[in-house]
Formats: sequence, C-alpha cells, structure tokens
Amino acid sequence: MSTAHRAPDLAQPLAAGRASVGAASEPVPRRRTGRRVTGLLVLVAAIAVLTVLSVALGARAMDLGEVWAGLTDPASNAYPVVTELRLPRTALGLAAGAALGLAGALMQAMTRNPLADPGLLGVNTGAAAAVVTAAYFLGFSSFTQTIMFAFLGAAVASVATYLIAGAATATPARLALAGAAVTAAGYAYVSAIQLMDAASLETMRFWSVGSLVNAHTVPIVPVATLIGFASVVGILLARPLNALALGDATATGLGVDPRVLRVAGIAAITVLAGTATAVCGPIVFVGLVVPHVVRAFTGPDQNWVLPYSMLTGAAFLLLTDVIGRVAARPAEVQVGIVCAVVGGPFFIYLVSRRKVARL
Amino acid sequence: MTASPLAAREATLGYGRTVISADLTVDIPEGEFTVIMGPNACGKSTLLKALARMLKPSTGTVLLDGRDIHSQPTRAVARRLGLLPQSPTAPDGITVADLVARGRYPHQGILKQWSADDERVVAEAMEATDIRDLASRGVDELSGGQRQRVWIAMVLAQQTPLLLLDEPTTYLDITHQIEVLDLCAKLHREGRTLVAVLHDLNQAARYATHLIAMREGAVVAEGPPADIVTAENVERVFDLPCRIIDDPESGTPLVIPKALASAPR
Ligand SMILES: Nc1ncnc2c1ncn2[C@@H]1O[C@H](COP(=O)(O)OP(=O)(O)OP(=O)(O)O)[C@@H](O)[C@H]1O
Ligand SMILES: [Mg+2]
Repeated sequence: MSTAHRAPDLAQPLAAGRASVGAASEPVPRRRTGRRVTGLLVLVAAIAVLTVLSVALGARAMDLGEVWAGLTDPASNAYPVVTELRLPRTALGLAAGAALGLAGALMQAMTRNPLADPGLLGVNTGAAAAVVTAAYFLGFSSFTQTIMFAFLGAAVASVATYLIAGAATATPARLALAGAAVTAAGYAYVSAIQLMDAASLETMRFWSVGSLVNAHTVPIVPVATLIGFASVVGILLARPLNALALGDATATGLGVDPRVLRVAGIAAITVLAGTATAVCGPIVFVGLVVPHVVRAFTGPDQNWVLPYSMLTGAAFLLLTDVIGRVAARPAEVQVGIVCAVVGGPFFIYLVSRRKVARL
Repeated sequence: MTASPLAAREATLGYGRTVISADLTVDIPEGEFTVIMGPNACGKSTLLKALARMLKPSTGTVLLDGRDIHSQPTRAVARRLGLLPQSPTAPDGITVADLVARGRYPHQGILKQWSADDERVVAEAMEATDIRDLASRGVDELSGGQRQRVWIAMVLAQQTPLLLLDEPTTYLDITHQIEVLDLCAKLHREGRTLVAVLHDLNQAARYATHLIAMREGAVVAEGPPADIVTAENVERVFDLPCRIIDDPESGTPLVIPKALASAPR
C-alpha cells in the first residue's frame, strides 16, 4: 500500500460522553472456532466408523476379524468381496458424497439461494439426456461409455444454463430461471426418447435410480482425481463467497468480481456434481439438505461451511448406502432412494418452516 | 484546483436503455469531505455506484488516480476505495464482529490469512462506531441504527484512503447521526477523501468541505457549502422556497424552509 495514503487510525471513540467499553486492542470475542474444530473431529471420526461399517456390512455381514482378513489375506474368503466390491463401493460413496455436499454448498452460496441445489444448473437432466442419447442414437451401452456421456451432458447443460442466464450478466434469479428452463427441456427430451425406445428406457432405469452398486466398474482413480481437483478449487472460493454473501455491490466494493466468481463456481459445481451424477446417477437431496444442516451448526462463514459440507456429504451418503444395504437384506435399497426418503421429509419441513435462512 | 483521485469524465450512466445521467463530469477533490445532495431519484446513488465501479458507464470513463477504474485489478481498487451501499444485505446468522471482519477481504490472500493486524483494525473500527458491545450479537437482531453503524464499521475495516458512503445517516437517531458525521469529519481531518450522500441540507452545509448538488442526473452546482447553499440554489434543486441564515452554532448556512417558517406556532 502506498504510504502517501496511509490509512489512519480509528482507535479513538468519538463522542466522549458515550465512551466505549474496553481498550481497542482487546481481541473481539467472536470466533466459535473451538466448537467448530471439535465438530470437524467428530465428523472425521464418524466417517472412519462409517467406512468400517460400509466394508463390513452388506448382503453378507462380516465381523471385524473377517474384514481384517479380507483386507490383508488374499487367501481368505472375504478377500474378493472386500477388495473387489466393498472397498470400491466405500471409496465411491465417500467421493460422491463429498462432491455432492460441496457442490450443494457452493451452489447455495453462489446463488445466495438457500434452496438451490446443483440440479438447478441442469446437471441432472443434462446427464440423463446424454445417457439416453448415447443409448438410442449411438447404441452405447457399456457402463464406462455411459458415464463419460453423462458427464459431458452435465457439463453441456450447466454451460447452457449459464449462457441462457445471460453469461456475464447472470444474476442469481436469472440462473435459477434458466436452470428451470433447461431442466424442463431436458426432461421433455428424455421422456420422448424413452417413449420411442425401450432399450434406452432400460439403460435409464439402470442409471437413474442413483446407486453405488456398480462401484466396482467405475474408474475410481480418474473420478477421484476430478473430484479432488474441483474440491480444491471450490474450497478456495470460500473467502470470495463470504464477500459475495454481502450482496454483489458490497462484494465488488471489497474487490471481488462477482462475474468471475460465478464462472469459477459453476465450473467447480459442474465437475463435482457432474462427476458424481455421471457415476452414480442422480442422487438428490444431498446437495440440498447437507449444507442446511451444516450452516445451522457452523454459522454462515464459508470457510467452515464448505469443508463441513464436504465431510457431512461423505458421511451422509455412506450412512444412507449402509442403511440401504441392511434395511431389506438380502435385497438392497438404492442409496438414491434412501436419500430421497430421508431428505424428502426434511426438505418439506424446511420449506414449511418458512424461516429459510437468507444467504 | 486540487488533484482529483476519483473522477467521472463525460460518463453516461444508466440501467439497460434508461439513461440517468448523460455526459456527466464530476471531480472528487483530494482530501475533501464531499457531500452529494439532491432530490430522491435524481441519480446520487447511481453516480456513487459508477464511481465505485459497480456500474460501468456506457460512454465516457471513471478515473481512479488518473486511470480507467475498470482497467485496474479489482482487489487493488478495493484497497484504495471503499463503498457503503444504500441498502446492503447480510446473510442470516452472521455476527456483528464477523460482518465487520469481512471488510478485511482485500487485505488478505490465499497465503495471508487472518492476522493480529486484521484483528486490531476490526477492533478499532468497532470502537470508532461504538458497536463493541454488539460484537457477538447477530446482525439480523439489531435495530436499523445499530445495523447501519455495523456496516460503516465494515467499510472502515477496509482501511481505504477513499470512502464512498451512500446515506450513512439513514435510520440513525439525531445523536448517532451527529456521531457518524463527526466520525466522517475526523476521518477527513486524518487525511481521507470522503464522499457521502446526505439528505439533511443543514448537516451537509455544516460538515461538507465540498458540495455537489444534483438534479435529474446532472450536476447543478458544486463548490464550498458557503457558496453553494443559497436560497436560489435550494429552490433550483429542490423546488423549495426558503431563507438562509447563519447557523448560530457553526456559522455555516442554515436552510429555513418558507412553508415551515410561516406555519403557526
Ligand atoms: N438497479 C436499477 N435498475 C433500474 N433503474 C434503477 C436502478 N437503480 C436505480 N434506478 C433508477 O435510477 C434513477 C436514479 O436512482 P438513484 O438510486 O441513483 O437515485 P438517488 O438519487 O440515489 O435517490 P434516493 O435519494 O431516493 O436514494 C431512479 O429513477 C431509479 O428508479
Ligand atoms: Mg440513493
């Protein structure tokens, strides 16, 4: 900073008679850091426990000894189940849950809309439209091909939403409207194709429930890399998003360009939600509900909301997947359905409570 | 004439196709306490937004330190110039101290996290606006006047040599109005350049060192208050017949509306 315009001291209170309490150098009591650090530790512990449960529980439940053998002893009966099915499934649950939780928190912060969710960018419909297109027009049916197309579709839909919302001039309200339009058009297209072609209906049914069943066929390394990279970008947006929470005008005054921030945010959300959706199918409510629960605990500081949403999303998806596996043994309830069963009523409660937090 | 750190040059300002100000040229003089006044909807906030790069002129330019403000990195601008918008919004559940702390944004970076220096500046800004007692309260549970002082503290925490304040005294009781204006006067004495929109002509006349009077998007008169606050000018700007007397307290012009003067006592 230039010394010529050295910003002056403000230390003195103004009106002598209404003098303030305490010296200016005294730290201001405000950070709920202790509680929030404790919460993080609890979350990490919960994820560790859920990870063990997710490896141990399933159609065939194992005790800890069997799990250990399954991890370490290639000769054991448990080994193929643990390494080929349960570990990939657990890893995918963690990665997808973290991605959806963070994407939801970013979406709500970016649009200053507490009921926004990544689906609002058209990510889910975009992926679905691409899946039916691949099945119907191109005859693709392998799982890897399907998820590549789904990811492309998600990306195209969110870019389209952004452009329709006016690109650089997009406002939160216009983004929401454009997202609704893209979603409607996408669903019309998906329905039309499904009516014409039974095979694509079959592919869609397989893909669109939202499930971790196919985890073993997912290329987990590229998926985790994509999610990891987008997560870093997303978490780095915490401070500018804190400024954006004060409105576009104040954010600009503080040195944030809301247009640049929106582009970065949409990019991170698209990769996070697009990857998770492409691989698991649309899993609703994680991105919507998780940031809500988190904000009630952490307060509105995005430096906490974003990492918390990631971890809570991971824990929540793992938990619902485990519930789905044990609730109807030996059959399974898909994680997307468990999420909707848990998330649906909560969403209705939030909306009916009316006092939805302003962002 | 003193140098002008901030100026609009033949700027056309508006929203969409609606033009509010055409070819507006305004200089904010260095080191002065400039007050912008004028009737509602005459374009005061619009001018302030343009000066703070929130609104890009469709023609003409806004110059900060002689260079187009839109060509400069926005964070660098944010360390030179702070703005208090007319009706800012705060997220639910944010505490007073957290909101004030957000004013430190342009001084932080990925590697430069919250420091003792930031802590001190925030404490001082809260001290100066008399809101230390409110530090841990939620912003949404404050009175309008308390909230206004919190926002002023947030802008002060930004520590900019140039400050633009859009109606900083709205919602405030008379004591706090005078306190905020005294605070502005103090910041001005300490070397900052201030621009504020005020509706109270007498306060404007008393505190401003430079006045800009606007009407229908154009600058009608500008200069030192003693020269500008005349019966003709007030009538020209506000359509208000009045008399001007000397403020017995400060010697600055005091506007006495005629209608009020003739009202029965
Ligand atoms: N975001 C906007 N979009 C469209 N028109 C706007 C917008 N903001 C202001 N206007 C219009 O521009 C004109 C000038 O508004 P401005 O806010 O600059 O007035 P002002 O002088 O600050 O008034 P006040 O004293 O009431 O605050 C008004 O007619 C207003 O309706
Ligand atoms: Mg105004």
